[in-house]
Amino acid sequence: MRFFRSRQEPEERDEKLEEGLSASRKVFFGQVSALFEREEITDDTWEELEELLIAADVGVETTFTLVEGLRDRVDSGTLRRPSEVREALKSELVLMLEAVAPRRGPNGIDGLLVTLVVGVNGVGKTTSIAKIANRLKLNGANVVIGAADTFRAGATDQLQVWGDVTGVPVISGAPNSDPAAVVHDALTAAKARGADVLLIDTAGRLHTKYNLMEELRKIERVVQRQKPSAQEHLLVLDATTGQNGLTQARKFAETVSLDGVMITKLDGTAKGGIAFAVARELKVPIRYVGTGERVTDMAEFEPRAFVEALWA
Amino acid sequence: MFDSLTDRLQGTFKKLNSKGKIAESDVDLALREVRVSLMEADVNLKVAKSFVADVKETIRERHALESLNATQQVIQVVNQEMIELLGSDQSKLETSPALPTTYLMVGLQGSGKTTQSAKLALLLRRQGGKPLLVAADIYRPAAIRQLETLGNQLNVPVYSEGTSSPPEQIAANAIKQARSGGHTHVIIDTAGRLQIDEAMMAELERLKQQLRPTETLLVVDAMTGQEAVKVAERFHERLGVTGLIMSKMDGDARGGAALSIRAVTGVPIKFVGTGERPESLEPFMPERIASRILGLGDMLSLIERAEAAFDERQAQELERKMRTATFSLQDFYNQLQMVKSMGPLDELLGMIPGMGSAMRQQDVKVDDRQLKRIEAMIQSMTPQERDHPEIIRNSRRKRIALGSGTTVADVNALLAQFSQMQKMMKQLSTGKMPKLPGMFR
Ligand SMILES: Nc1nc2c(ncn2[C@@H]2O[C@H](COP(=O)(O)OP(=O)(O)OP(=O)(O)O)[C@@H](O)[C@H]2O)c(=O)[nH]1
Ligand SMILES: [Mg+2]
Repeated sequence: MRFFRSRQEPEERDEKLEEGLSASRKVFFGQVSALFEREEITDDTWEELEELLIAADVGVETTFTLVEGLRDRVDSGTLRRPSEVREALKSELVLMLEAVAPRRGPNGIDGLLVTLVVGVNGVGKTTSIAKIANRLKLNGANVVIGAADTFRAGATDQLQVWGDVTGVPVISGAPNSDPAAVVHDALTAAKARGADVLLIDTAGRLHTKYNLMEELRKIERVVQRQKPSAQEHLLVLDATTGQNGLTQARKFAETVSLDGVMITKLDGTAKGGIAFAVARELKVPIRYVGTGERVTDMAEFEPRAFVEALWA
Repeated sequence: MFDSLTDRLQGTFKKLNSKGKIAESDVDLALREVRVSLMEADVNLKVAKSFVADVKETIRERHALESLNATQQVIQVVNQEMIELLGSDQSKLETSPALPTTYLMVGLQGSGKTTQSAKLALLLRRQGGKPLLVAADIYRPAAIRQLETLGNQLNVPVYSEGTSSPPEQIAANAIKQARSGGHTHVIIDTAGRLQIDEAMMAELERLKQQLRPTETLLVVDAMTGQEAVKVAERFHERLGVTGLIMSKMDGDARGGAALSIRAVTGVPIKFVGTGERPESLEPFMPERIASRILGLGDMLSLIERAEAAFDERQAQELERKMRTATFSLQDFYNQLQMVKSMGPLDELLGMIPGMGSAMRQQDVKVDDRQLKRIEAMIQSMTPQERDHPEIIRNSRRKRIALGSGTTVADVNALLAQFSQMQKMMKQLSTGKMPKLPGMFR
């Protein structure tokens, strides 16, 4: 099938991640570094720093909090040179991400783990599921995918293609059928196959749509009723998203509670500043990053490595 | 809920008012609030800066801060300038004198190109055109299938060649087919791509050169953050974008990206996508986006949600019941369900201009649980009880309280309130009370 055609020659996965991050590094932290190579810290320094953080979608509130904290430390004399301020900013950023200890995959779970993947329209849920499924399978897990997006045209076919590519079975229902019924079937199938992980793809929904959010609750109840060994909810966020990303995360967290976030499209020019805002405000760990359209274009999110890589 | 600009300015001016005279530095303080507010709405930093500089000028000229209601004055200036910047008049889609008119749809991955293509096709068909949809996304799994399904639903033919021919060839053949088939419009759905993907951008350039489309429409997600300008600039540089479609405007993103892109590229915003259904495409109205960006409330959204939730026939039936005082607890229950389907109450109230800040100032918490209790009580009643609440005596009240997890006092309160409501309706229908203006018309 032609879906296998990749847009570029395949390369090393890690190289790809580097490449994806380099845009952010150059434009954003490159400027921050330049800022702190100057002799003195002035008011302009702070203002420019604020602007750089905001331009990276970190958000006004998070930015002000960060910058104020650093200013206080300069005022009280604990930080003196620009280079010290830079290091302090770096560790503050890392801290923000590390404050929420990431939970990792299905390790240590005996029996079936059900991962429900949610998010607004077009963020990359389906592609991310393919990526996660592929990775888990390569790690030796027995994976099943449930195609509970019965609403969007072609959604099931899209997932089926990924199922063929990754060799992971996809359980689906008829178009416009009840997604909860598909979830029920997928759970039954996953159990029958002795699967370790069931990944459930859901239709994209805006967090403001009351009925659609209620539908997620219903899906969650269906999962609970079948008592899998463990259940988790993963939110997919598009790195290109601005401040609304935080509202999205909040609303989805209120509806189904969140265990992790995957940030996609980091291969673009978007800085992923939303990661800091989400981690700070919602205390939900960022678990994975998506860095392209191929099934291998993903990486686990490592707070320190993430910030270091951005900075280098 | 975010702090609207009104809230922010009110806070600032309260401090200033107690001081008496307004100084130059106070203007800057107010403008700082404007800037923060813009950035929270995802307006591009540079755009926000130059916009605020313009606003400052106007405020000075008009001595806007010296008046009694400085908040309103500033808001008015900001709002006006924003509407101007967004493009005061609605722009229409261009059509080609020689058939077919062609629209090339471009954008980032996941921005909503396919959905907007289908919406556009429906719109054109309804206007009497004969559109042809073209599936030129040969990369994303099942993208063609998605467009075909939509075309099928809308009764619009879809031209596709599967995934083995290059988009250029697909487009060329599609145009031929459109000519021979007497199609008036050709809408070409292309694959989503990053603006920095050289090979993929070159593909679009070739398509554009070959097709010379009537319009090249960039689809932008309303939720886009600070990168929006960079993305749009790049697409515009390479393709000469002629119009923007902002998708997913039915969410609560404030849509600063729209303002930013318009300001930087000068490309007009032509449509906004307001839902997943094929009908949900609306002409762009600058006033609406301006008041969203500024958080001035959105009555139109509220009305739309109400229209979506309330079916006209149901509304007429309800009115009749109210008039004839046969409005039952069952009707009341149904009505609650409709309101509920519009969204959480605090969110709805927040859409009423000024209400958001008023609610926060008085720390009003809308209790959705109270609604749930009422619902549970009605659910615990028999159909007969719902139609004739007067038969609900003591033992029945106990049963209902037990069944709904409430107390007898709760049930009493509900019944008392309901009988009050019925009395009011009776008075209304017999004309003993002045008709509420415009309510049940
Ligand atoms: N560049 C890039 N594109 C991505 C990434 N992840 C997904 N995409 C693309 O984004 C588009 C949307 O992805 P989907 O996986 O269909 O998104 P979704 O959330 O399932 O969409 P809906 O089900 O329609 O809500 C597709 O074109 C994907 O190829 C990523 O990390 N980088
Ligand atoms: Mg999907």
